[in-house]
Amino acid sequence: MSTMDQQNNDPDQQPTLPVDPAALSAAPVAPTATAPASVPMPAAPVQASPAVGKTRYDGLAMAFHWVLAIAIIGTFSVGWYMADLPFSLTRLKLFNWHKWAGVTILALSALRLLWRLSHRPPADLPMPGWQKFGAHAVHWLLYAAFFAVPLSGWAYSSAAGFPIVWFGVLPLPDFVSKDKELAESLKQLHQFFAYGLGLLVLAHLGAVVKHVVLDKDGLLRRMLPGRA
Amino acid sequence: MTARMATHLSITALSVLSAALFLAAPSMAQTKPAAAPAAAAAPAAAKLLPAQSDIAFTFRQMGVPVDGHFKKFDAQLAFDPKNAAAGKVSLSIELGSATIGDAATDAELVKPDWFDTKKIPTATFQSTAIKALGGGKFEATGKLSIKGQVKDVVVPVALTQAGGTTTAVGSFAMKRLDFKIGEGEWKDTSIVANDVQVKFKLALAGVAPL
Repeated sequence: MSTMDQQNNDPDQQPTLPVDPAALSAAPVAPTATAPASVPMPAAPVQASPAVGKTRYDGLAMAFHWVLAIAIIGTFSVGWYMADLPFSLTRLKLFNWHKWAGVTILALSALRLLWRLSHRPPADLPMPGWQKFGAHAVHWLLYAAFFAVPLSGWAYSSAAGFPIVWFGVLPLPDFVSKDKELAESLKQLHQFFAYGLGLLVLAHLGAVVKHVVLDKDGLLRRMLPGRA
Repeated sequence: MTARMATHLSITALSVLSAALFLAAPSMAQTKPAAAPAAAAAPAAAKLLPAQSDIAFTFRQMGVPVDGHFKKFDAQLAFDPKNAAAGKVSLSIELGSATIGDAATDAELVKPDWFDTKKIPTATFQSTAIKALGGGKFEATGKLSIKGQVKDVVVPVALTQAGGTTTAVGSFAMKRLDFKIGEGEWKDTSIVANDVQVKFKLALAGVAPL
């Protein structure tokens, strides 16, 4: 099972595949370096095409991954904690910080998506097709959630009558107008998306654990800086 | 804002007109008195029309503008626009009627850190001088009292008249901490700004013509 590459969170590597062709061809190759163990078909192209021989995500992709991982987990936790707090200065602060962080995550995710679409991730490690599919599906869904969660939160804030002022300085536009009922629906949608994101992250982490502990295929190294 | 006012005014004009039509002759005697004092030397006592009036405030919370208003307030006026200096205006505002449209926050506003409505339930404004600036514009100086704190404020007011209703609009800035609004940890103006903008629109019946 290994699910997939999680650590490369490249979300999308390719169920679709504009990007993948290269990745596919490269796939067999990559393993040789890192995961000798269970590689089913290392034989063929070992170390094959150098052009395709990328075994790690590039530096910026890694930076996006880790910075956003921390930001998302932190913002999710704050959101969870603050939601039921009674009215207080702390609640007010946390809500605003949460919103600022959410908009920051949204902006970084947009840049990350552009980077991802223009930079091919390393090829998949050898693994059964359904695992590859699962890995890429989770990656794509994670990307969808990177947008769905903050956008629904932003709309919720607007509908509740509290426009977001980014870092207390930059007023952001309201896509929806103040409306109590709409705010309640958007609140639930935001919560739904956030929990969905949480589940995707758990699936992603579970796959990493599987690759690290069971497969020992070096998958995690794809998302860690280090010597080639 | 002006569009809304215009709507209000025309609605007022319409209702006054239709009232006059419906009431017809017999009641003319009753409707007239309001206008009659206009001619008198002493300023007439005007009456607030609450349904068409509004006292609103705006402040910033970590940069986010928050609008609220008071649902209950009253005004006493003895004011002739042609003899503004002799006029007197006083307002009383029920602080417990403040709302920003968020129940949790509204419930907080009445507490001791904010308006402390149990101790002093109303805020008042009492004019000390009214100056005519011409063109329906006036400047009212007076004492604003909230939560036991009294400060002098100068309030610009513009009057317009239509269909027997006089509408007074204006706005002024105040500092919430001058009135101890937001005590304890809420004194932190980086969270809730000190500046509060107050806007009002008072619809009045029985004010003499401009």
